[in-house]
Parts: sequence; C-alpha cells; structure tokens
Amino acid sequence: MRDSIPLIPALEVLRDSRCEQIVVTTMGSAREWPRLSQHPLDFHYIPSAMGHAPMLALGLALARPDREVIAFNGDGCMLMSLGCLVTIVASGATNYTLVVLENGVYEVTGGQSTAASAARVDFVALARAAGFPSAAAFDDLDQWRARAAETLALPGPRFILLRVARVADYELTSPGPMGERIKKFRQALAEK
Amino acid sequence: MILPPAAVVSAFEQMGITHVVWLPDSALGPWESALLGSPRLTLVRVCREGEAWTIAAGLHLGGQQPLVVIQNTGLFESGDALRNVLFDLGLPLYALVGYRNYLVPDSPDTARRYTEPVLAAWGLDTVLIDSAAALPRLIEHYRACQSAGRPGVALAAEGKG
Repeated sequence: MRDSIPLIPALEVLRDSRCEQIVVTTMGSAREWPRLSQHPLDFHYIPSAMGHAPMLALGLALARPDREVIAFNGDGCMLMSLGCLVTIVASGATNYTLVVLENGVYEVTGGQSTAASAARVDFVALARAAGFPSAAAFDDLDQWRARAAETLALPGPRFILLRVARVADYELTSPGPMGERIKKFRQALAEK
Repeated sequence: MILPPAAVVSAFEQMGITHVVWLPDSALGPWESALLGSPRLTLVRVCREGEAWTIAAGLHLGGQQPLVVIQNTGLFESGDALRNVLFDLGLPLYALVGYRNYLVPDSPDTARRYTEPVLAAWGLDTVLIDSAAALPRLIEHYRACQSAGRPGVALAAEGKG
C-alpha cells in the first residue's frame, strides 16, 4: 500500500500557500476546490476537453505573463495528453505550475485503474525529461505543508505531483453556466 | 500550393493576431521563418492539435487574439477540444486549416473527402483560400466572424500532401 495524502487537506495546503495566482481546476480538483476557495481568479474548467486543462492554463499564462498560473490535472487526464509536458516547456512560459493529483484511477468512471498505475509510471521523471526545471512529488501531508510555499517559488515552469487518496462516490456537479463564469473570470482578470 | 509566407504573415498582422498556435504540415511549414520574424506575432508550437484549441482558448480568455493553424488531419484529431472550446465555452476562436489534396483532381484522400462535411456538421463558418490573391478574403472573413462573435475556419487549399 503506497503512502498518500487525503485530497482535501492536500488542496487546503495549496489554498493556504496561494497568493494571487490564477487557478484552473478540472475533474477531482474542480469538485473540491470550490468548497475551499471562492477566489475570482479561480476558473473551473467544467465541462472540459479531456486532458486539456493544462493547455487552457498555459494559454492564460502566455496571455498574462505578469501573473502566475496554477493548473490542476488528474493523473488519468495527464495520460490523455502527455505531450503537453513538452509543449509547456517549449512555450517558454515560466509563470506556470502544473499540479497533478495522482490516485491511480479514473474516478469519474467508477475507479478503474489507469494504464500508468499498472506500468508504475514516474510522472516526475517524465516532467524532468520534458525539461521542467522544477519537479517534485509529495506523498506525506506534513512534508507537503512544510515545503509547499518554497516549491511554488522555484523556477518555473514547475511540476508538482501530489499522491492523493482515492475518493469514493465520485460526483461532479456544474459550478454554474459557463458563459456567466467566463464573464466574471475575464472581469476579474481585467481588474487585477 | 504554398501561400507566400510574407503575404500570409502580413495578413495575420492585419487581422490583429497576437499568437499563432500551430502544428504545421508541409504546405504550412514554410511560413515558420516569416512567422518568427514578425515582431507582432508569437509562435506557439504544440505536440498534438487538440492542444492548439485549448491553448488558444486560454489566450482568448486572457485577452489575446490567437489563431490556430493546423492541417485538416489535425482538425479531425482535435475534434473533442474543438467541440469543447467553441461550443461548451462558446469562444469565437478562428483556425486556418490546411486542406490536403484539395487541388489534386479526383484525389482519393479521405482527409480531403471529409473535411467540408465535418466542418458543416459542426456548423462552422468557413472560407476557402485557394491562392495568394484570396488572402484579402481571409482578413475579411476573420473580421466578420470576430464582429459577429462566432468561430470560423479558413481552408487553405493544398496540393499533394
């Protein structure tokens, strides 16, 4: 049995370490983050193009180099677009942090194992091989809490893997009409 | 057919494009030097075409004017990303799509055969750019789509791919 961090405390650490970054959520993070944060620069990418939250966040980072962007992704989503690790580095964006929540399963479809789980894929090694200057993994809550702020301050783009516990009874509800959310988000971006 | 790179870049600049998000084919690839030479355009390279649509979405949300540049084969590949950003997010993104083998009479290329039916199925507003002389149509079409707040696609006619 591998070590893991309960999902909500893992996210609470990030919430508490956050400054004024844009935060893009999807899947499991989109379910939990709105319960922890109601920041105007939160963008919940639901419904999404599967596996593409890091790319939407990269577009924001390129559009707004004056702001830091944090992108959440699941490990299953990550597998759907692994090439995005290369695209992120190649873009030259340094104001970017990708946080992958690894639980080894596709929660949304009922908890089936990912191929990466069977193959014991090392996502941090993949990120380093793609050229991320900063890449770290955490499977202990105290360690994550102690090092979150310094990890977010490392040279970007940054890759953070959080090994998190699986969540039973997955349910993802819409945070509201997309058009209204986009309008509010763009207003917040313009004002900040 | 390879559209003249300098004329293409000039058209993009007149359109007010800020970022070209692309995965080129052999007819689009020769534009690379001209794109890199433009002080008004930033080139963003992707590994797969679906990335291009979602990066463009983020750029648009952040206040930029992106252009997706891919081949029609990549258009097929990126269908879910296109569907999401154009119809779920409702963003008026614009793409220039290489139309492989359009200029080859009686080509059996299935990419050629299905391009327009697929775009029609998406309900996308399209324009054909089949020569350098047609580049003003690209500018006009882009402006019309942006003005109406709707997405659009320009098909760049290509020869043998």
